[in-house]
Amino acid sequence: MKQILLMLFVASVFSCKNEKTETATVETKSEIISSDEKTPVNYPFTIYDYDGLEPLINKEDDKVHVVNFWATWCAPCVKELPYFEAINKKYDDDELEVLLVSLDFPKNYGSKLVPFLEKHDLQSQVVAFDDVDQNRWIPAINNDWSGAIPATIIYKGDQRKFYEKSFTQEELETELKQFLK
Amino acid sequence: MKNLKLLGVMVLVLTLSAFSTTTEDNGYEVGDLATDFNLMNIDGNKVSLSDYTDAKGFIVIFTCNTCPYAVAYEDRIEALNKTYAPKGYPVIAIMPNDPDVKPGDNMEAMKARAKAKGFTFPYLMDDGQKIYPQYGATKTPHVYVLQKTRKGNEVKYIGAIDDNYKDASAVKETYTADAVDALLNNEEIETKETRAIGCSIKVKS
Repeated sequence: MKQILLMLFVASVFSCKNEKTETATVETKSEIISSDEKTPVNYPFTIYDYDGLEPLINKEDDKVHVVNFWATWCAPCVKELPYFEAINKKYDDDELEVLLVSLDFPKNYGSKLVPFLEKHDLQSQVVAFDDVDQNRWIPAINNDWSGAIPATIIYKGDQRKFYEKSFTQEELETELKQFLK
Repeated sequence: MKNLKLLGVMVLVLTLSAFSTTTEDNGYEVGDLATDFNLMNIDGNKVSLSDYTDAKGFIVIFTCNTCPYAVAYEDRIEALNKTYAPKGYPVIAIMPNDPDVKPGDNMEAMKARAKAKGFTFPYLMDDGQKIYPQYGATKTPHVYVLQKTRKGNEVKYIGAIDDNYKDASAVKETYTADAVDALLNNEEIETKETRAIGCSIKVKS
């Protein structure tokens, strides 16, 4: 059962793992991944550098987007993941989208991140972010970000808030209310 | 009249304390004077900046055992100390996490890690977590380069060690080393502030 869910998950986030998703893959790939980044075939998530991630955190649609920067080794991040999963489940897909951006080191994708995703069966979209030029992308993502994780962006159109903090479930819901009108 | 005076003093005190709280929240900016401290080292002795009578300044690094970014930088922190301690800029490492929250960062673990890695710099426990908020450190690792001046230890650089946490051999910009080199050569520091990714400092919730 877990295998099937994982495969569905894989297909939904897109990956080269499943041959059948090849067409969709190519289209998405050319659109959002910068050319010098390769996606290893065996990971159930896409790996982006900042240029690849940038469009994903600046979508111009009518949805509320919740983007959370986390890592498997970050205890406060792992603690709040269920809250993001909960809002992802609670709200309609055309109303709200959750994007979980993992900052796990590439050398740990196979040993830590993949097993974590399998174990916790995360339903929100997960992508891996691998870009060492921190001094460029931290202020680009938000000028108030000192660089600590967990960190979260909530945005809808031009309305955008940045949080360099951990959430409780209640705090997350309270913040969301400002966007869900 | 006396009461009025008292009220005046109280208002003044309140205003001042409010002001200093704001400053503390934001931490230091380049140009501010950094506080000294008296913190326990892994060797059982307390360490203050004022102990270093011959130093020209300091590379103060908030770091810890348990953060992968901090671990990735351990060898480079040691290398900074090897290079710059003889030139008058020793590394002073401070562990800012609450060890009750992160047992992997308790004094015993700090000693073990320092021994295993052969740290030659002091590795201090921010006991009570009083120092890191004054500096404004938010994560590990987080660097403050200080220069000794007649006024005190002036903050000259804040931020990252370099521009590649993942791969030391692929580093293009050695921000911290460049800042210290500039100070040693009496030159203006080109990049005075950078952003670094890191692990949030752990406090009791």
